[in-house]
Amino acid sequence: MDQNTKIEIRDLNVFAGKTQILKNINIDIPKNKITVILGPSGCGKTTLLKCLNRLTDLYPELKVSGKIMIDDNNILAAKEDIYKLRQQMGLLSQRPYPLPMTIYNNISYALKLRGIRNRRETHKLVMHYLQQANLWDEIRTRLREPASRLSIGQQQRLCLARGLAVNPEIILADEPTSALDPISSQFIEETFVKLKHDYTIVLVTHVLRQAKRIADNVVFMYLGDVIEQGSVEEVFGNPKMEKTKLYLGGTFN
Amino acid sequence: MYLLNRKQRHAVNYTWMIISLLLVAFLPFLLFVGLYIKSVLLIHDYSLVDLIFSKTWKPASGQFGFYPFIVGSIWVTLIAMLITAPICLLTAIYVTQYTKKYILRIMHPAIDILAGLPSVVYGLWGILVIVPFISRYLGPWLDIKTMGYSILAASFVLSIMIIPFVLNILIEIFRAIPMELKEAALSLGATQWQTIKHVLVKKALPGIIAAFGFGLARAFGETMAVLMVVGNVVRLPKSVFDPGYTLPALIANNYGEMLSIPKYDAALMFAALLLLAVSLFFNLVMHFFIVRFNKY
Repeated sequence: MDQNTKIEIRDLNVFAGKTQILKNINIDIPKNKITVILGPSGCGKTTLLKCLNRLTDLYPELKVSGKIMIDDNNILAAKEDIYKLRQQMGLLSQRPYPLPMTIYNNISYALKLRGIRNRRETHKLVMHYLQQANLWDEIRTRLREPASRLSIGQQQRLCLARGLAVNPEIILADEPTSALDPISSQFIEETFVKLKHDYTIVLVTHVLRQAKRIADNVVFMYLGDVIEQGSVEEVFGNPKMEKTKLYLGGTFN
Repeated sequence: MYLLNRKQRHAVNYTWMIISLLLVAFLPFLLFVGLYIKSVLLIHDYSLVDLIFSKTWKPASGQFGFYPFIVGSIWVTLIAMLITAPICLLTAIYVTQYTKKYILRIMHPAIDILAGLPSVVYGLWGILVIVPFISRYLGPWLDIKTMGYSILAASFVLSIMIIPFVLNILIEIFRAIPMELKEAALSLGATQWQTIKHVLVKKALPGIIAAFGFGLARAFGETMAVLMVVGNVVRLPKSVFDPGYTLPALIANNYGEMLSIPKYDAALMFAALLLLAVSLFFNLVMHFFIVRFNKY
């Protein structure tokens, strides 16, 4: 495996009954870069993301085959500690789903699952992760309030902080800004750009401009196929495939 | 085309809505007032404390102590809930979180059939199965003399009766929790059980309490099935194997008979008033908890 590759996906197939959701996916996701998975709705982006942290296990109707190597460890074959494995990845979903707890406990719960129980350390880390997610200054006086009282944009950043609190190496983000206003979206994007020095980021989106703004690498998917992948300059500047050109030109149908 | 113009139609519809609303809002109040007026004869002649806490029930000699009935009702209801609550909660969690979806599809009609059975059927089942089970097996096994007709038998029958109602609500509540919340907890590295315990149950707590409260109210007011197996003996039960008497059974067994006894009529109305008051109390407590836990 290449030194700079963090995730290597080989021959990944996902079936739901007789329909094939993902068809022979082969992707290399580089370390400490933002890889954007781009494509229209229903092309299998979310399913791909769910394969990466084995949330596909929740859906018994999905049949997953192939290999996903993270640091030379095939996570699809992993039998025992799926929970540990999921902690390698922080997840950010389309809409924020704060846990039914206080703001503080949303983060400290993640820390507890990681094995941190010391109160002073917990306190320090909660502050650290909220700062990392660009949220601390807004909510420092409201830590004991229920997380559901935050605005949607704040909730999404709280979810990001929570995802970071499990100390992952990878951040998986599934259209994380689709429910947010432009300013909150910008916050999230800026945070991603800052975070990529320490994390490998996989971002699913259908917003072209967002991809252009923050992506290092782009994977274009359509109906369960990877059509094209490469650096952002290659894919956006000089797309090789007809479908990619059409999608980027906005005349896709 | 129309008899009335748009504005008039609006006015008519609006008025009807207001009337329906007022009707619904005032119905409990009217019930309360009605029962109070009917039982005022009793309340005026005795002190409220005497009525509620006196143990002697001798209508013929003018002694009306409701304590045995209140205690009987509360025992039967609480024991039934103690049996029902864990069974329903665990079943709801199991069928919504662990099993394949088709299990739920099979279970739903079964639950609905149970919910639709008339209570007299449950009562018969109690007489034919539960009562002999207690008198022949459970009692002797625990070295307790019992004739089977007891608080425990009523609790058993009641708990089985309210399971379908409580279970149906709980299943809907757990199904309404978004999958993404579960995924969020799992993605933090929580196990399935941790996710259920720390996240899902917490999220569902107001609903769970409401479901239990609903079951409690139903159990407390259930008449037929209980009076068939509880024994109907006016005595303070010393253990769950003793026979007892409940407020609804008191009313159902005696109303229309022996009304020649002075104040008997008023006493039965007072029993109904007590039932209403206790139900109201349960409701208030339930609402308090729902509001208390609904902040997340």
